[in-house]
Amino acid sequence: MNIHEYQGKALFRESGIAVQDGVHCTSVEQALTAYDSLGSQVVAVKSQIHAGGRGKGKLYDHDTGNLVMEGGVKIASSREQVEEYASNILGNRLVTKQTGVDGKTVGNLYVEAGCSIAHEYYLALLVDREADSVLIMVSTEGGMDIEEVAEKTPEAIHKAWVDPLNGLGDEQKAALADSLGLTGSAHGSFVEMIGRLAEMFVGLDCSMVEINPLVRTEGGTMVALDSKVSFDDNASFRHPWRADLRDRSEEEETEVRAKRSGLSYVKLDGNIGCLVNGAGLAMASMDVIKLYGGEPANFLDIGGGANKESITAAFGIILEDPNVEGILVNIFGGIIRCDMVARSIIDASAEVGLNVPLVVRFSGTNHEQGKEVLESSDLSVITTSTLAEGAEAIVGAIGGGD
Amino acid sequence: MSIWVHEESKVLVQGITGSQGTFHATRMEEYGTDVVGGVTPGKGGQTVELPGRTVPVYESMTEAVSDTGADVSVIYVPARFAASAIIEAAEAFHKIRGGGLIVCITEGIPTLDMVRSIGHLSDKPGVRLIGPNCPGIITPGEQGGCKVGIMPGYIHAKGRIGIISKSGTLTYEAVAQTMSIGEGQTTCIGIGGDPVSGTGFIDCLAAFEEDPETEAVVLIGEIGGTAEEDAAAWAADNFSKPIVGFVAGATAPPGKRMGHAGAIISGGKGTAEEKFAAFEAAGIHVARDPSAIGQVLLGVLIEAGLRES
Repeated sequence: MNIHEYQGKALFRESGIAVQDGVHCTSVEQALTAYDSLGSQVVAVKSQIHAGGRGKGKLYDHDTGNLVMEGGVKIASSREQVEEYASNILGNRLVTKQTGVDGKTVGNLYVEAGCSIAHEYYLALLVDREADSVLIMVSTEGGMDIEEVAEKTPEAIHKAWVDPLNGLGDEQKAALADSLGLTGSAHGSFVEMIGRLAEMFVGLDCSMVEINPLVRTEGGTMVALDSKVSFDDNASFRHPWRADLRDRSEEEETEVRAKRSGLSYVKLDGNIGCLVNGAGLAMASMDVIKLYGGEPANFLDIGGGANKESITAAFGIILEDPNVEGILVNIFGGIIRCDMVARSIIDASAEVGLNVPLVVRFSGTNHEQGKEVLESSDLSVITTSTLAEGAEAIVGAIGGGD
Repeated sequence: MSIWVHEESKVLVQGITGSQGTFHATRMEEYGTDVVGGVTPGKGGQTVELPGRTVPVYESMTEAVSDTGADVSVIYVPARFAASAIIEAAEAFHKIRGGGLIVCITEGIPTLDMVRSIGHLSDKPGVRLIGPNCPGIITPGEQGGCKVGIMPGYIHAKGRIGIISKSGTLTYEAVAQTMSIGEGQTTCIGIGGDPVSGTGFIDCLAAFEEDPETEAVVLIGEIGGTAEEDAAAWAADNFSKPIVGFVAGATAPPGKRMGHAGAIISGGKGTAEEKFAAFEAAGIHVARDPSAIGQVLLGVLIEAGLRES
């Protein structure tokens, strides 16, 4: 789960990590009131969306699609500018390199007091799956795209791993500060901040915290000028407060609905719907459809606890996609029995009004019975016993392929 | 021979009184696994009926391991308690027998809980963890065998192919592929698709290298991370037997989690193409279609002089 910059900064503030004063706004009036209250002549007017590259993004009019403004993060030095930028941002579509061409409609704004910047740094904490621990990465090249830094000047990135049992050591904190060339009060400020941040990461079950840029002010304080925070969804049971930070408009509605039915669904651009048990097999099914000249319309794992209700929900979700011209069901029965799936398919197709070609591949537990159930029904269905045959059949059935 | 579990393995079930625990303990015992007991805190002293035997429920892993001499434990406890169950098992095996195998089936464990669990394993070299979020490990026998997990036992047969996979049902697919060319398995291991987990591809390959009965390996990876690339590089220098490899997710879009927590292409890294390329560079025989694993394996066995046709 991702949260907005303003929400991440509120968590930073609670954890004692320095941020500038700022106000979350949803209207131009609120933005002007915020400007008046902040008492800083220069403020940053920042679009709040769950995607990076906002500064270099472009805003398009929500209705006409015309370009309204270059840059989703603007520095304003007067009330008039705040008004201009806020009205250009709110309600319009922000397209960045991470949003895709459709961009995202901006409903939230953050107005933040300006800051005297001596230098910009990069800082991130994430789970290092190869080292099985939390990795801290810092760089003197702040404000830059970190992947570009990693590519061009890997020596500019310094790393430290948090000990899973003992936390981040004092020597590690000091070494990170040294690696950024920090001295005096800035060194002390960094050491304090990184300790608090590592504690916050673990305490809140984050999966990533990125601060780009982290700045050293003229006064020698380290301030988080941006925040990108993601949480580990598996740990949500420990953090019920997260529900209040959720921005539903940032989530794919269908994916959320699928999850409630115990399904894991990701929409893609093709025309062959897939319904599979198991994540790896679901990916493999998409791959094989492609190998046979088709294009998968979705990833869908019905999970190990599938039943008639979830299978019906799965058919419904697949068929909501207007691009879908055919469906491939691929089940390798283990705990799930193919005959149960077959009966669920028959019921589900009646319920949702299945009107596209259907190919079902059964293997594993009760696959023979499953096939019999389907073949003795009125349902128009092609059954196969291997994935390759299934993919070939569905691609053929919709008139695609080579 | 086989790796890590065999017909003599004595298996405990953590969470044996829960519905999942009882269901799978029953299936495991039916297959031929020697299920010697279980652990559920608060239910010590009770018993559980399995096919043909009644097994004791213990209050703690320490008690259970001391009393039964078990060397394997399989975990079916809910996600929020699973990391503690791993640590409890690791400490009991380490203290009482100097080691043991822990197989964690549970899905949805918080990542930082797993980081802590793995931290607890670092000073217990005799303790091995498989999983979490995996189907488990199985060594088919002449009759029955040792099944520690949730896979359908009957699809397997004793043979000479080792199977390692990040995925559940795709592992079964690989098993079915070996069976389609008349080959059985020494041991099949599902290592799970979570970002932080125990045993990895290289650990499995190293064990298969040492196992005289394993003559070839099928390795199934998926997008995300660099475990496949690391395994390929390791195998190129250290593995003498043929490997057939497949990677799921060639059509997965970047930035989207494909079911498994670890199956995500992020920052342009972890793509199937990179992994296939690493396989090819390491001399691993690639199957682009999982339905072709059997045929690729057959060709490899013939080429290696391990089969006539």
